[in-house]
Amino acid sequence: MSAYLRKYNIMRTIPILNIKTENQTTKTITFNDKLCSRAKPGQFIMLWIPRVDEIPLSIMNSQKGEVSVTVKAVGSATNSLNSMKKGQNIGVRGPFGNWFSTRSNKCLLIGGGVGIVPLYFLLKKIVGDDKQITFINGAKTENELLFMSSIKILCKNQTILSTTEDGSYGYKGIITESLTKILRQEKFDIIYACGPESMMRNVFDIAELYKIPLEASLERLMRCGIGLCGSCVIGQYRVCRDGPIFNSKQLRKIQDEFGFSRLDFNGKKIPI
Amino acid sequence: MKSNSLETHIAGLHLNSPTMLASGIMSYSVDFFQRIAKEGVGGIVTKSIGLESRKGFENPTIVQINNGFINAMGLPNPGIASYANEIKKAKNVLNIPLIVSVYGFSIEEYETVAKKAINYGADAVELNVSCPHVKDTGLEIGQNPEKLFRAIKKVKNNVKKPVIVKLSPNVTNITEFATIAVEAGADALTATNTIHAMAIDIESTKPILSNIFGGFSGPPIKPIILRCVYELFKTVTVPIIGSGGITNWRDAIEFMLAGASAIQIGTAIALQNTKVFNDINKGIKSYLKKKRFKNVEQIVGLSQKI
Repeated sequence: MSAYLRKYNIMRTIPILNIKTENQTTKTITFNDKLCSRAKPGQFIMLWIPRVDEIPLSIMNSQKGEVSVTVKAVGSATNSLNSMKKGQNIGVRGPFGNWFSTRSNKCLLIGGGVGIVPLYFLLKKIVGDDKQITFINGAKTENELLFMSSIKILCKNQTILSTTEDGSYGYKGIITESLTKILRQEKFDIIYACGPESMMRNVFDIAELYKIPLEASLERLMRCGIGLCGSCVIGQYRVCRDGPIFNSKQLRKIQDEFGFSRLDFNGKKIPI
Repeated sequence: MKSNSLETHIAGLHLNSPTMLASGIMSYSVDFFQRIAKEGVGGIVTKSIGLESRKGFENPTIVQINNGFINAMGLPNPGIASYANEIKKAKNVLNIPLIVSVYGFSIEEYETVAKKAINYGADAVELNVSCPHVKDTGLEIGQNPEKLFRAIKKVKNNVKKPVIVKLSPNVTNITEFATIAVEAGADALTATNTIHAMAIDIESTKPILSNIFGGFSGPPIKPIILRCVYELFKTVTVPIIGSGGITNWRDAIEFMLAGASAIQIGTAIALQNTKVFNDINKGIKSYLKKKRFKNVEQIVGLSQKI
């Protein structure tokens, strides 16, 4: 379980150091922050766009005091964040939440769309550790497959299976078909997953069938980020404090909700 | 000697321990109630529920100041009709009192929501007449003697379960408002809600909370709220529930010595997670044993004797 440290939750306001365009809708934003640069793969930050909003974002990379988050413009907050310029101020709290375990040897990472972000961070951390890695990424179309060139370099002695729904790159189809295909042939010590919740639910069902431990990174509406307000509750868990990474045992306890329902801003349970 | 020395009573409610969950904290769903019930919580106060559902404010809704927080969530809640299911489910699985916190934009709304909450199975209601950040409810009632009296009276006349009133510390003299609440029929008082406050980011030069103003909670406000409880105990005869920056058993004992029959925990859950209830209960128990008190009710208001 993640520990709460007061200094992590004090907001730091800092200028944007660098912005990189990943594709038409997605940018990677880099800033300097000592505390966040100690984050482990799977953790998230709360990022403040002054007088607009504050949103949870997965950490994509951290090194030498620099931290990057990758943001897909999907709503008003992410749109205004992605239209910010280098040098403009953002506020940062975190890092928050727990992180992926890194003990297992033969790992399968499966990420859909922008869900690849924490898995890319994980990949960077574990790829040198003498592990056997299979990296499955999937998206609607080729230019939505994020970080492809870096992944190819990182995984030069590993397996990459890419899937696009329109067949513009790699296998044509949906990402979970690639998962089933490989699990029929190979056994893994662990599966790490992040992506749309319906995809992760399918990954969970498949992992259960093949009896492979899963760690999935969940997403919910968040307000406080520190386990107080209840906005991100799923079953008995708070995604911000007890997660965002949940293992198979925990996912079994919330299987009525996982992939099916979430709380809206009013705290009302709605279908996903 | 009682088998359970932590047992306490608030306006006819039987509490297995004096540590309660404060309103506003993670209380949308029954699964979470069950989790903290296992931690030994004596009673649960829900999020404040209104007649209609409410989205609450945009983020940031919380900002850390030293080891406290200013929050302006904006009373997000699904509305009483939709919350009915959670109340009913909670009553089936919980064996501790469930207190529904109620707010309204009019006196009639307080009455309607309180009545419904009780009909769905709530053991009591706590009237939030002190929310410091949403206009036209809360403070506007809690700071207005006449409206406060009418709201409580109206609810009291229409529900048969205990009515607890959560007082605001944002008044010149809290005992005046407490007296009015008791005259109107309040069965117990929760002292208190958060302190009206704000924070500004000096780099961007902007206020941090989207609502600009919010309510300050946590350890920094403890001495202020403790003073409120001490004053209230001298003034009123109804039970007082202390709520303000309690993070450990020493704080809890202090509040009870000042006059609180029970205490509520909110902010401390961020600081210490849900085990805080169990930790506090254990600490109170050993204190009672060490000081040779038979039960927790013996120490309520003890520090008034000087």
